[in-house]
Amino acid sequence: MKADTAMASIRMTSVNRPRAMAGLAVVVLAVGAVGFPLVFSSPVVTNYAVYALIFAAVVSAWNVFSGFSGYISLGHAVFFGSGAYTVGIAARDWHVNGVAVFALLPLAAAVGAAIAVPFGLVALRVRRHTFIVITIAVFFIFQLMAYNLNSFTGGTVGVSAPFLPWSPTSFNDHFYYIAMGCAAGMIVIAALVRRSRFGLQLRAIRDDEDRARGLGVRAMRVKLAAFVLSAAVTALVGGVWFLYLTQAQPNSAYDPLFDLSIVLMAFLGGLGTIAGPVLGALIIEPGQLYLTIKYTNGYLSEILLGALFLVIVLFVPRGIVPTGGEWIRRLRTRGRPASTTSAPPTPTSAALPPEASEAPAREAKNGAPAREARR
Amino acid sequence: MAQEIYRAIVDGILIGGVYALMAVGLTLIFGVLDIINIAQGVLVILGAYLSYELAARLHIDLFVGLLVTVPAMFVIGVVIQWAFIRRLRGRERTSMTLLVSYAVALIIEGILYEIFGPNPKQLGASYVTSSVHVLGFYLSFIYLYGFALALVIIAGIYTLLYRTGFGRSVRATMQDETAARLIGIDVNRVAAITFGVGVAVTAAGGMVFGATNSFNPNSGYDLISRLLAIIILGGLGSIGGALAASVFMLTVESLVDIWSPEWAIVVFYAALVVVLVIRPTGFFGRQPVRAQ
Repeated sequence: MKADTAMASIRMTSVNRPRAMAGLAVVVLAVGAVGFPLVFSSPVVTNYAVYALIFAAVVSAWNVFSGFSGYISLGHAVFFGSGAYTVGIAARDWHVNGVAVFALLPLAAAVGAAIAVPFGLVALRVRRHTFIVITIAVFFIFQLMAYNLNSFTGGTVGVSAPFLPWSPTSFNDHFYYIAMGCAAGMIVIAALVRRSRFGLQLRAIRDDEDRARGLGVRAMRVKLAAFVLSAAVTALVGGVWFLYLTQAQPNSAYDPLFDLSIVLMAFLGGLGTIAGPVLGALIIEPGQLYLTIKYTNGYLSEILLGALFLVIVLFVPRGIVPTGGEWIRRLRTRGRPASTTSAPPTPTSAALPPEASEAPAREAKNGAPAREARR
Repeated sequence: MAQEIYRAIVDGILIGGVYALMAVGLTLIFGVLDIINIAQGVLVILGAYLSYELAARLHIDLFVGLLVTVPAMFVIGVVIQWAFIRRLRGRERTSMTLLVSYAVALIIEGILYEIFGPNPKQLGASYVTSSVHVLGFYLSFIYLYGFALALVIIAGIYTLLYRTGFGRSVRATMQDETAARLIGIDVNRVAAITFGVGVAVTAAGGMVFGATNSFNPNSGYDLISRLLAIIILGGLGSIGGALAASVFMLTVESLVDIWSPEWAIVVFYAALVVVLVIRPTGFFGRQPVRAQ
């Protein structure tokens, strides 16, 4: 019995300390994120931050579908561009001016979702390579439509955003907080999806779709729901991007490099994790932007981007977050070899993903064995 | 009108033959290595630039130059496979090989931009500019020669696959890699050589493409998206399917082109989506394997 309580207390501290640390880290990050434009007020710096946050939101949205379900979409620019065009065309045709244009963002999300339903119903019937190629094909259809439907989309010229009554000095700051709101909201959605039954069903589909189907997961419905959710957020953020950039052309709103960049960001950070895509976006997007601004001819930045791709895929294939987590775990278990060898076959807290270790933590405080808490 | 339609069909078949040449390499690589080589498009353009250099600097005829460019592209293919593709394993292999081949495409495109700049180029020769009068319309010789070349090379690949011992190992690897390994086939060697062959045919495809279209380093994207549509439509890994789908798609495109050139390419992709709704494995696809 004594040993048991000792185990419980060890477990309690080992469970609570990382949670407290994680909580602290989130608070520090949140304070840092909110205070960032107050410290770095230069528009040059906040410009990087706005793009990084826009991409953090989009990559996180992409990850909720592709990272969780294993269906790699190379067609999310369809939603991003359609969101941008929706805001632009609606503002132009309905004469929406000033700050009121932000009321059009939910419309952008709705259009994204409305496109995703037929798109998903067609594309999600096939798997793996064929799915990827169909998303590419749909992407090209949309880009070509943006070019060809002159009277509606403005053709090659594209659409322009209405004037926003903000001074040039505070323009970036406003967008910084809007983009941060999008990113934070998407992270919360991603975390909620991941811990829910829905998220579990998605990951079951990723691991073995036929088996998941056999176990009663309505695969098509689940995949489509994730696809639509992901599309709606991507379209909304596309609208924000458009209002920030103030213009959208077929080749910038529907950009094939956009699709590959978000996949790369998600891979770098760690596919299917919550923090990974955000981390990947915050690392790669400013770097990419810096290279394009520095080498305006774009060729050298293209070669460097390609080389970066290769390095990431060949040397950090599982992403920073899973690889880093493994290193930390290895360091920790090396520090306390006894606890791993003598521990009962309950999953140790360190080996559990954070959301799964929460229930045992709560129970351990009341002195109940962790094993029973994990039903 | 009737003559326009007639002409569009002939054009579609002849250009389709050239696309088949490039698509066969892509579908062969897919069949053996289970990867989609996004770099195929830019490799075609690289092949076109190699022919351009040989013709412009050494005044070597385009078709004779293939004796140099095809082996060169074979070596490039083997090197890409050996250096990057070979290492990838595990659950995310599908998407990682896509990313790696895309990265290779970006690097090659960037290098081509550095060397040749963004201005479009076109391969020139006497048979590119002169044309023959057939059935009421003019047809450039290069289309006929290119189509003949495509037929010869596809026949060559077919012979390699179905009449040689190496071809038997390739087909065995396509059917079941593990079983092929068990009966003593050097799967790594088969994969490397197949990748090399798949890339080598882009030299010929690139030469004909470069003689019939103007190209710059960026042309690879348009090309790869069409090639992907073709091999999916034909059924991944099916060489006959790639051939049929190329001719079908290019004929559809050139028919729509009569009425509306802007919408011709949209129809190209829309045809892919429509066909896949009806038949998810494409025209000649094998039954879909269990998703891993």
